[in-house]
Amino acid sequence: MTRQVPIAEGLFTWPAARPALLASRCKKCGVASFPAAQSCMACSSQDVAPEELPGRGTLWTWTIQRFMPKTPYRSNETPETFKPYGVGYLELPGGVRVEGRLTENDPAKLHIGMEMDVVFAPYRTEDNGDEVISFFFQPVA
Amino acid sequence: MDVAIVGIGIHPFGRTPSRSGLQQGAYASRLALQDAGIEWRDIEFAFGGSVSAGSADALVNELGLTGIPFINVANGCATGGSSLISAFNAIKSGQYDIGMVAGFDKHDRGAFNADPEALGIGQWYGETGLMMTTQFFAMKIQKYMHDHGISTDTLARVSEKAFINGSKNPNAWRREPLGVEEIADSMMVNDPLTKFMFCSPSEGAVSLVLCRADHATRYTDTPVYLKAATLKSRRFGSFEVFAPSQALEQADGPTVDAARAAFEMAGVGPRDIDVLQLQDTEAGAEIMHMAENGFCEHGEQEALIRAGATHIGGAMPVNTDGGCLANGEPIGASGLRQVYENVLQLRGQAGGHQVPGDPQLAYTHVYGAPGISAVTILQK
Repeated sequence: MTRQVPIAEGLFTWPAARPALLASRCKKCGVASFPAAQSCMACSSQDVAPEELPGRGTLWTWTIQRFMPKTPYRSNETPETFKPYGVGYLELPGGVRVEGRLTENDPAKLHIGMEMDVVFAPYRTEDNGDEVISFFFQPVA
Repeated sequence: MDVAIVGIGIHPFGRTPSRSGLQQGAYASRLALQDAGIEWRDIEFAFGGSVSAGSADALVNELGLTGIPFINVANGCATGGSSLISAFNAIKSGQYDIGMVAGFDKHDRGAFNADPEALGIGQWYGETGLMMTTQFFAMKIQKYMHDHGISTDTLARVSEKAFINGSKNPNAWRREPLGVEEIADSMMVNDPLTKFMFCSPSEGAVSLVLCRADHATRYTDTPVYLKAATLKSRRFGSFEVFAPSQALEQADGPTVDAARAAFEMAGVGPRDIDVLQLQDTEAGAEIMHMAENGFCEHGEQEALIRAGATHIGGAMPVNTDGGCLANGEPIGASGLRQVYENVLQLRGQAGGHQVPGDPQLAYTHVYGAPGISAVTILQK
């Protein structure tokens, strides 16, 4: 059976019934950071606690990546199979604006302020057959 | 003690397969020494930087082993600006009378491929295709256009102007003027930015000779004074390149802070400036940087650019040598290219790209990863 592994430890809860992005929140000034950090970028306090981020937000800005990035880009694509992908910042209420890939790559279907869900899906397959899971932002149906 | 620039040298930007980056640096340095009428052995200290073309202090192998302190500077897109600030302070403090600042580079073709871990970000960020400066600039201008009513036509006009100015600059890389339609209709790279709206990594070198102001006329009849040189990094809440997340509350970026500090140091304001060189990694950056540096209000760029205000001969000439768009960006040399151009402008030696009206004050600005900005103000 295919094993599913997260693209990085501590980036989101996995495996989980309802996976969520993981942030840290400063107990002193209340600011959230993603990914979770050991200290607060706003006030430099080390008194921070992990927190799950909301799963729905609004698109703050976006673009389409039209050419295949060089290393460290690591997908299963080749220059021939590369498909342009959307990138954006999703504003998560009460949290932060998180940067991520979009499931949509048609500029006509993207606009600032639209609602999107955080979803978790296979990103690439390793040589040993493991499926690497990452997070994406998907327009609310 | 005030500081003067008394010698300038440049190696043409673009691609020079016959010369290494270091050799281009030596070429520019010899021209700067010649311009100041001095020999390498007269130089008391040097600061220099290169990101992809080796160690800047290896220049001593080309120029001569004189025993001077040569300090390597590595500060991303602000490498040149940081070298200049260091030399400025070394002379201001009274430690030295005369020194050199050198910047050169030679990059591979194509977009930069930065390493996430060097910036304290996880490998996942690069693996999933987020470690791209081009995406940041595209997303920043996309948001800015939405908030401030800037049109895609205006983006194309910035590139059009860059290539016109480049065509007048013998040291520029791209010297063919391009029409607005050709720019707008070229291949989309990162929406809303097309191929001809982006600068490319390139090659080139610039060296400057600086000395204490009261010695300046020993070396030149046309000294240019460095009235301010500032560098700032990002504060919490600013929207920056290579940021996996952004704070919900926005703060001004490092450009705003570096500009304010420079105007304060020089004792002048944006309205006093006669010629501007602003970081134009892409066409949108020039637009946003006009306002971030204090030269107009957010949104005013649409009308200003349409009216030709930023052209040579306009009310606020921007990137008179073609900027990064026409010169490409050899990181170590790029900020110093702006200073080279401003010295030419203030001396009245810029030829076909000379700003009319005897300019007295000139401004340079760089911005780069991971959220730093450097500004200089030069006075005749």
